[in-house]
Amino acid sequence: MILDGKCPTGPIEKSWDKHCFDLKLVNPSNKRKYNIIMVGTGLAGGAAAASLGELGYNVQAFCYQDSPRRAHSIAAQGGINAAKNYPSDGDSILRLMYDTIKGGDFRAREADVWRLSQVSNNIIDQCVAQGVPFARDYAGYLDNRSFGGAQVSRTFYSRGLTGQQLLLGAYSALSRQIKAGTVQMYTRREMLDLVVVDGVARGITVRNLITGEIESHAADAVCLATGGYVNVFYLSTNAKGCSVTANWKAAKKGAFFANPCYTQIHPTCIPQAGEYQSKLTLMSESLRNDGRIWVPKKKEDIGKLPAQIAEADRDYYLERKYPSYGNLAPRDIASRSAKEACDAGLGVGPGGRGVYLDFADSIKRLSEDTIRERYGNLFEMYEKITDENGYKRPMRIYPAPHYCMGGLWVDYNLMSNIPGLFVLGEANFSVHGANRLGASALMQGLSDGYFVIPYTIGGYLVTVKPGAVKADHAEFKKSVEDVNASTKKLLSIKGKRTVTEFHRELGKVMWNDVGMARSKESLTDAIKKIPKIREEFWNNVKVGGTGAELNQQLENAGRVADFLEFGELLARDALHREESCGGHFRVEHQLPDGEAMRNDADFSYVGAWEFKGNDKEPELHKEPLKFETIHLAVRSYK
Amino acid sequence: MSDHKTMTLTLIVWRQKGPSDPGKFETYAAKNITEHHSFLEMLDCVNEDMILEGKEPIVFDHDCREGICGMCSQVVNGLPHGGQDRTTVCQLHMRKFKDGDTIYIEPWRARAFPIIKDLVVDRAALDTIIQAGGYTSCHTGGVPDANSILIPKPIAEEATDAAECIGCGACVAGCPNGAAMLFTGAKVSQLAILPQGKAEAAARVTAMTTAMTECGFGNCTNHYECQASCPKGINVKFIARMNREFLKAQFA
Ligand SMILES: Cc1cc2nc3c(=O)[nH]c(=O)nc-3n(C[C@H](O)[C@H](O)[C@H](O)COP(=O)(O)OP(=O)(O)OC[C@H]3O[C@@H](n4cnc5c(N)ncnc54)[C@H](O)[C@@H]3O)c2cc1C
Ligand code: SF4
Ligand code: FES
Repeated sequence: MILDGKCPTGPIEKSWDKHCFDLKLVNPSNKRKYNIIMVGTGLAGGAAAASLGELGYNVQAFCYQDSPRRAHSIAAQGGINAAKNYPSDGDSILRLMYDTIKGGDFRAREADVWRLSQVSNNIIDQCVAQGVPFARDYAGYLDNRSFGGAQVSRTFYSRGLTGQQLLLGAYSALSRQIKAGTVQMYTRREMLDLVVVDGVARGITVRNLITGEIESHAADAVCLATGGYVNVFYLSTNAKGCSVTANWKAAKKGAFFANPCYTQIHPTCIPQAGEYQSKLTLMSESLRNDGRIWVPKKKEDIGKLPAQIAEADRDYYLERKYPSYGNLAPRDIASRSAKEACDAGLGVGPGGRGVYLDFADSIKRLSEDTIRERYGNLFEMYEKITDENGYKRPMRIYPAPHYCMGGLWVDYNLMSNIPGLFVLGEANFSVHGANRLGASALMQGLSDGYFVIPYTIGGYLVTVKPGAVKADHAEFKKSVEDVNASTKKLLSIKGKRTVTEFHRELGKVMWNDVGMARSKESLTDAIKKIPKIREEFWNNVKVGGTGAELNQQLENAGRVADFLEFGELLARDALHREESCGGHFRVEHQLPDGEAMRNDADFSYVGAWEFKGNDKEPELHKEPLKFETIHLAVRSYK
Repeated sequence: MSDHKTMTLTLIVWRQKGPSDPGKFETYAAKNITEHHSFLEMLDCVNEDMILEGKEPIVFDHDCREGICGMCSQVVNGLPHGGQDRTTVCQLHMRKFKDGDTIYIEPWRARAFPIIKDLVVDRAALDTIIQAGGYTSCHTGGVPDANSILIPKPIAEEATDAAECIGCGACVAGCPNGAAMLFTGAKVSQLAILPQGKAEAAARVTAMTTAMTECGFGNCTNHYECQASCPKGINVKFIARMNREFLKAQFA
């Protein structure tokens, strides 16, 4: 099937405004008759639930934590982009769009990216009005910094806490609507199924994580804003509870999964200290502005203290391989080079999975105080975790999965191929193409939530009769039975291995074979290995307790079971995409200098997969990408 | 870096099946723990062993594991989050303990935080306080340009100091009266300091303090255990600020 994104036509500058005008409006007095389900209350879902509630819709919002304030958006440190051009350094909506398309290696839709860039400015206004304390100068104006290799200063920030402050802003707006009664908040609920009636999304099945009760919720539209899936790698910077479950259940009900192979690996994380650890902590990549990355040249030096390794025996590999960008080479290049060095046996620290990030030269040049002023909180964080003083000896860093550009396929209205199912934030695939620029995910979450869905959902709702399907419909009952059966099955296996052991085993395959450097061989291998792990899981996993109580083993088992299916799809997508682009690197497709080699002639499309059953191959649908405003060009960071 | 050194510790952990179960302490051994384990990773390892032995693992809240979501909530040796300066229990590392140590682990204990199971408590009351008024009543869209109201750096910084609260509830757990003054004071202050929040300051402080009392939080008798317990170093001056805002509201 050739998919149609239903993007507006005509001049890009007018595309969103024209589209808004063309959308039919829901009569204000009818809005309260419509129920909208919002699964997820991070930046995207929180902002959306608050805005839709305020418009007068009846919203039921869900999250798995004990409060909407804890979604993983809270962990973003760096900042949020907007095309305000306050510093007058040449920024514009068009330039932000250009940077985003180029950063995504020409694998995103122009119209979506234009809209994102356009509303980016409204986001900053909105957050300031909510009381988000962005960094300011002494005169009181907003401060900006440049981020992720951009040539303009367009990143707004609040200390190293930008995600937290933005989320608390959305949470406060949401709290106001909860108080007003327009939003009903269901915390500690996990969505375990999407209910589709006659091809239309009509509700969800959730588990109450405290009582274990399986509940049905019906609505006129269902929105998923459930975040990212990189915990499929086991090691990641995501929170422990982040999963693909909501998205995957929807995919199994017919929603297409777009570009699952586009994942981003962040180069400056604190290395894993032991097998027991899955959560890695990220340090802002700004550290690479003043730190020099190196590994020992000789294997016999690896056990030595870094200070004992002579200058001539150190390999500053990024400076050597990419002389003009050096330590500031893009995320994917920096990450891949670190793994290559460690795979060659030159890694440092526990398990040989680390490279040095050395500030000695900068301290000599600028003084320790200057470095402390710039990065003090990061050095403190590093010391808290490793007990090492980064001023006195080089830090150790290692790449870790961080973000997914892939997600459920949506059209320009953020609606999936299932009518009535909308997808927001990191959970959809829409704007980042094959790679995401720093400080652009927060922007996307809030854009989708505050400024896109409140308009586009109306265009769908006017076409449906409110309350047409109730939670006592047979499809809801069937869904509850399916969920109960799967719980029962998990509890009855009583095998010999824990859920975590399976997650770790899957993660190893994903990281080694489907990670930063993918090949036909490694991917084919992964596609053979994953079903075997899955089969063993369903025969040998040990999950104790019952379904009728707070049971964290059971929660994890469900999430890992979904990763075991989804991981295979990710590998298949990576295998089919015979090119390197953005976060997807196929070793067969590289230029002699190791740069990614895109194949625009054959792969300038969105790859959206239809689930056909675990024992059948998924079917690929394509949405061709057209570039009319921004011309296709090859990226070069040399 | 010493990877080989491992410790064995004795854990004395509060186990409670549900809200109506009286609960009791149970003793466990944590084996093969290195100084690099975080406190929660240490508990993960103990739980893995228990699962394999067919025992019920210890249930505890956690999510981000980097000190920002506010989900983790354990009293370690009598101190919320373990008592290390500006550190949540998920950031606490085992190098702070010695081989052979005995560690007591309990949930937050406060009237307003009923225990759900083991170390998991119900903190919905903190959300209720925010719902009572912890916001500015701005609409989505229709707000002025972000630079139209100037906020000089020192003011923005002071508001950020208050806004750093992660809503964990350690201040309540640490307070002998189970008061939520630091949590509430931080939000009231953040919004009272910023020009955007001033218009509603009087109504907000009244509504939020009323909600605080109704939720069953205790009164403040100036013990300042809250600040000592707070992993984000939220300053008690924000309690004083809230009290001033409250008085102002009475005379307004
Ligand atoms: C460490 C870190 C640092 C980052 N730094 C930056 C940065 O500086 N700038 C930037 O732009 N981006 C950054 N990002 C990326 C950005 O933070 C995220 O992409 C973004 O916040 C995602 O928002 P979201 O609303 O889509 O999802 P989330 O905030 O993850 O919210 C997901 C929501 O869905 C709920 N949920 C999930 N599954 C279920 C289910 N099955 N049932 C019920 N509820 C469910 C959760 O409870 C939660 O409420 C960073 C990411 C990480 C991990
Ligand atoms: S004031 Fe401190 S201790 Fe209290 S909830 Fe906020 S962060 Fe936690
Ligand atoms: S788990 Fe998030 S603060 Fe500890």
